[in-house]
Formats: sequence, C-alpha cells, structure tokens
Amino acid sequence: MTETSRRTVLAGAGALPIAAGLALPRGARAQGAPMKIGLLSDMSGPYRDLNGPNSIAAARVAIQEMAPRINAELLVADHQNRPDVGVNITRQWFDRDGVDMVLNLAASSVALAVSDLARERNKVAIATSTATSDLTGRACNANTIHWVYDTYMLAKSTGGAMVRAGGDTWFFITADYAFGHALERDTANFVRNAGGRVVGAVRTPFPGTTDFSSFLLQAQASRAKVIGLANAGTDTTNCIKQAAEFGLARRGIKLASMLMFISDVHALGLETAQGLVCSASYYWDLNDRTRAIARRIRAGVNNDTPVTMAHAGDYSATLHYLKAAAEMGAAAAKADGRAVVARMKAMPTSDDAFGEGTIRADGRKMHPAYLFEVKSPAESRGQHDYYKLLQTSAADDAFRPLAEGGCAMVRS
Amino acid sequence: MASETTAGAIASPRDEIGFWGFSKPQLAALAVLIAFIAVAPYFLYPVFLMKLLCFALFACAFNLLIGYVGLLSFGHAAYFGMGGYIAGHTAKVWGLTPELAVLAGAAFACVQGWIFGWIAIRRQGIYFAMITLALAQMVYFFCLQAPFTGGEDGIQAIPRGSLFGVISLEPDMTMYWFVAAVFLAGFLFIHRIIHSPYGQVLKAIRENEPRATSLGYRTDDYKLVAFILSATISGVAGGVKSLVFGIATLTDVFWAMSGEAVLMTLVGGIGTVFGPVVGAAVIVTMQNYLAEMGAWVTVIQGVIFVIIVLAFRRGIVGEIANLLRVKL
Repeated sequence: MTETSRRTVLAGAGALPIAAGLALPRGARAQGAPMKIGLLSDMSGPYRDLNGPNSIAAARVAIQEMAPRINAELLVADHQNRPDVGVNITRQWFDRDGVDMVLNLAASSVALAVSDLARERNKVAIATSTATSDLTGRACNANTIHWVYDTYMLAKSTGGAMVRAGGDTWFFITADYAFGHALERDTANFVRNAGGRVVGAVRTPFPGTTDFSSFLLQAQASRAKVIGLANAGTDTTNCIKQAAEFGLARRGIKLASMLMFISDVHALGLETAQGLVCSASYYWDLNDRTRAIARRIRAGVNNDTPVTMAHAGDYSATLHYLKAAAEMGAAAAKADGRAVVARMKAMPTSDDAFGEGTIRADGRKMHPAYLFEVKSPAESRGQHDYYKLLQTSAADDAFRPLAEGGCAMVRS
Repeated sequence: MASETTAGAIASPRDEIGFWGFSKPQLAALAVLIAFIAVAPYFLYPVFLMKLLCFALFACAFNLLIGYVGLLSFGHAAYFGMGGYIAGHTAKVWGLTPELAVLAGAAFACVQGWIFGWIAIRRQGIYFAMITLALAQMVYFFCLQAPFTGGEDGIQAIPRGSLFGVISLEPDMTMYWFVAAVFLAGFLFIHRIIHSPYGQVLKAIRENEPRATSLGYRTDDYKLVAFILSATISGVAGGVKSLVFGIATLTDVFWAMSGEAVLMTLVGGIGTVFGPVVGAAVIVTMQNYLAEMGAWVTVIQGVIFVIIVLAFRRGIVGEIANLLRVKL
C-alpha cells in the first residue's frame, strides 16, 4: 500500500501529558514502535452504518484514552464484503505494514478467513461485528477474540427472554439458506426450552425476495403472538416495513428480529419499527457510562448514525487490547499475538461500553445481553431514543456454555 | 496460416506469424509480460500479484469466447467459482496435492461447460447471454444451499499443500512461481488455440457464421469446443485462486464476478491476446489499492468503464495496437 493512499491516524503524538504521579508499569511508557491496529470492515456496502465511520471514531477514542500508556496507530480499509479482498489486505497488513491486530471484520466469511490468517502469522484478530458463533466454536484459535454478540446469544436472548416476557407462541419467517436455518433452529429450541410453542414456519427464497406479504399473512393466520424473523439485512427491513403496512402491531402481534442493529431502526424510523423486539449487548441509553462513551464516539464523527453495539465493541476491544499490550510492553506485544490474547483473557475487562466483563478460554468476550422493544414515536423523547429495556440476561446465561461450542482449545 | 483480413484488423508485414504463432510485436509484448512476471514479486506484494494473475487467466479464458467466437457469456463465474470450490474441497477434505486439486476443479468446470455450452450455443446474442446467466445463477443457488460449500461462510482454511507432494507451497514466493507457471501455460495455450487452424475457423464463425456453415464447417461443434475450453481454463483460474487465498466463497460464483470478467476484457481490449491481462491488472489494482477509499471503489470503476466505452472503444491494448499499427 502506498503512503499516500494509506489513511493513517497517529494517535497519541499530540497528546502526551503523562501525569507526574501516575505510576506506570515497567516498560509501558508511550514510546518506541507504536502498536498498529488495522480496522477492516464494510465501509461502503450494506453494513456501512453499523460499522463505517463510527467504528473509526470508536477505535480512535480508545487509542486516545490509552495514549499516555502506549502509542498506537490506526489503519483503515474497506473489504467490500469480499473475502478475497479482505484476506489480501490483511496479509499485506501483516507482512508489509507491521499491523499487530485486525479489528471489526464484519461479514462472517471474511472474519473466519482473517482469524485463520492471524493464527498462521501469530497476530491478533478481534471480531466485533461478526455473527457466526463458529469463531469461538469449531473455528476457534488462540489468536482470535469474538466481542459483542454472536448468533447463539441473539437466538437465546430473543427466543428465551421473549417467552419469559409473555410471547409464548412463535411463527418463523426464515431466509432459505444455512444462516437462516441455523437461526430458526437455535431460536426455536430456546423458545421451547423456555416453555413456549412454535406453531409454524415458512422459508423464503434467498436472496432476492422483496415481497413478503403472503408470508406475513400466513404468519398472521397462524395466530402466533410473535413472528420471528430469522433473516438479516434487507430481508429483515422489508419484512418490518410490510408488517407495518399490514398493521400487525396494532393487532397485538410482535415482530422479533434475530439480527437487528439500532442503525437499522434509525433507518426504518420509529413509525415503521415500533413494537419490534430485538437483542443487543449495548445500548447508548442504558446508564451514565454508556451515555458517556456514546457521546465521546459521536464527537468524532459528522453524521446522524446512532452508536451501535459494533461501534461500542470497537472501542471496548481496542481499549482492552492496548491495556494488555501496555502491560506487556509494546515490543513483546508486537512479537507475539498469542501472548497478547492470553494476557487479554487473564485480565478482567472494564470499560464504559460493556461495564465489567471477562474473556473466556475459547475467545468469547462475556457480558450481559439485553432484550429491547422499539419505542413508538410518542414515547421517544429525543435523538436516538429508540429502545426500552424488556429483559436482561447475565453474561453466563447469555452466551453458549463453554463445553458446548466444540472449541478444540477447551478440551485440551 | 494466411494473414487475417477481418474487419477492423490491420494486416501489415509486421504481423507475419513467426515463432509459436507469435508475430514480432506479440513476441515483444510477451517478453515484456514475462519480464514483468519475473521481476514484479520483488517490488510488489506477491499475494496481490497472484490474485492479479488468476484474474488475468480468467479474463483470457473469457476473451477466448467473446473475442474470437463472438459469444458473450454472462455466466463465467459459474466455472470460475465451481473450479474454486472443487479445488478447495478436494485439497481440504480429500487431501489432494495442489496440482491435482486444480485439475479436479478444471475437470469439473470442463464437464459443466460441456453441459451448459450444449444448451446455450443453440441461441445467439442476447439470448445466449441470458441462458448462460440463468445457468450460472442456478449454480450460485446450488452453492448457497449445498452443504460442502459452507453456504455464505464458504470453504475456509484450504491448505496450499505441497506441489507433487514434495515442494511446500506455503511460502508466498514458492506459491507465486507455481501461479505464474500455471498462468503462462494457460496464456500460451489460449494463444495457441487462437492461432491454430481451429482458431481460424472460430474467427470465421465470429465474422460470418452462415458462410462458415456453407463452407462445410459444423459451427455448433466448433463453438461447443471453444466454450468447453474457455470454461475449463476459467476453472483452472478459480482453483488456483482458492489455493492462493485459502478460501472459496460465494463471491466467486456470484453474477457480479461474471460482470467483472466482461469489464476486465472490455477495459483491456476485446479480441486482443494481451488485452484481458492488462484489463485484469487495472481492475484488480483498483480494487486493492482503492480499498481505503470506501464507497468510491465502485464509483471509480464505473467512471473508468464509461470513459473506456466512450473514448477507447478498442480497450487499452486495442488502442495501443491501433496506434502502433500492429496486432497484439
């Protein structure tokens, strides 16, 4: 990559007022070769809003916060949702540009490939915007950490907690491919385990279905209290828009989306999205700390996109990574990605976005999961005031138990 | 072989066919190409160059059909992608050595091209393009659902393995020479096809199919063989690409990939031997080095496409050849 085309952020160069009395750990002074963090994500495609510019701002906030203790540089690239482009960039980052950690990753196909590459080159990969729970299951390795959420957590929180909140009969509208099938199967299990009932399901052709009206009418006719949307992206938003046109919410039917970001709600508008139920591990208006970090991230961008859980994850992951690197010393951290990940797992996490947490042996970052309902326009009292909290699942309850994932590192 | 006097082509003394079917200017261009391949990895990133060579071979295979038979296939991603999936699967699950995995991918693409070609060549022009697109979309949906492809996650962590079970391809430079050898073999093979008597018949069909029929050629047979050859070489390119990156995913069977083959060939120059290579280099370089510019990648690609179509109708190499009054 040429010098001119690289969007490099030198953090910490300007801000180095080290507090005089602050006792720094040995070898952790902010000097020497900087840690290089590569933010690899979708900057132009369908996942731009939930990653994109806010992710860059979030990583910068963390780098600035750690500037007194360690120098770090941020590189940014758009993988255009193409695994080959993502792999090529990551290889180049590792081999030529001396990047130590790759962040965000987004699309599952890219994340799995980059994770494998990080293992091969002994670097660090942190997925903050990736859905597949395989990253900490079959495909787990000692160089990868999965932050924020995964399909298991979404299915469990939305399926299980929703039944406890009263939605005990379900009908699924499922995108007809592996991801949709897995989401439906997992969610249905949690619904049944929580004492609910699945009254039916319909498979919609993928990709390319734009008219969901017949599927929605079928779902309505089943008299289920909850319609589960086991799909993603435009399929989900189309379903929600058309359900709003049919007035399903007025009839007391709840839509439960398995994969939904606050940026999607923002794009749909409350008029359309009201009453929708979805899960997330971060919402900006949970408490003072989450509000503070959202403010800091939004201060670095010039747009109206709300801070999603992926953005919060980019901040939190970068912060924790730099803390571990600072404790080890930059030289040691640059030399051995596996050791940094081991150190990150040994240290408890603490930040404004997710509060206190831990990283499990299989690379799963543990924190609570929340079930939200989208407010009606009348209930919303300000910018981005979209969610009301229905249920909270504790960290140990929210994610897949360690033994069930099939991660080889756990057995050994 | 008589000098070609096709419409728009320039026949000059410099175009005399010499060594291996190469005219003197073509030999010079080939020397430049080989020199570039030999020197480039010491200056540019090898993995990027490998990707470039894979796409160049893919575009050359596509050009064999559009440039020399006049058939616009809009479904070449099907052979490229399946070549990648089959090579990836056989290398990872069956444990085949890389050369055998690539051959397996090529063999599959060959059979696929045989069946699809047999159906598609019965129609011409837009109908041909639509049939190939429809068949390619069927392959896409098959790959989306079939268990062995891994759905939207693709086949991950494909090992590069050891060439003939002896030479490890894990180091990037070793892999690069392997890819370069495959590319050059494919490129020379295509060049040989074009300049063989068989290739002359193909060009005759391109110019005037009824006349070729009246001369006693069974044009459908010729077109089918060209189609199969093109599909097979696409499969080789796809197979090698999956080994280079260690992944085979839906991107490679998606219709946008077919569109990219068209774009590369148009940018480089339809019906020129070296055009697709240059076109692939331009497009792949843009995708890689503009990756930091986000949404602008596709916009810039579109603008370049429009400029080429409006101002350089013959493509980059086509215009250069026209300027120098030679065939490249």
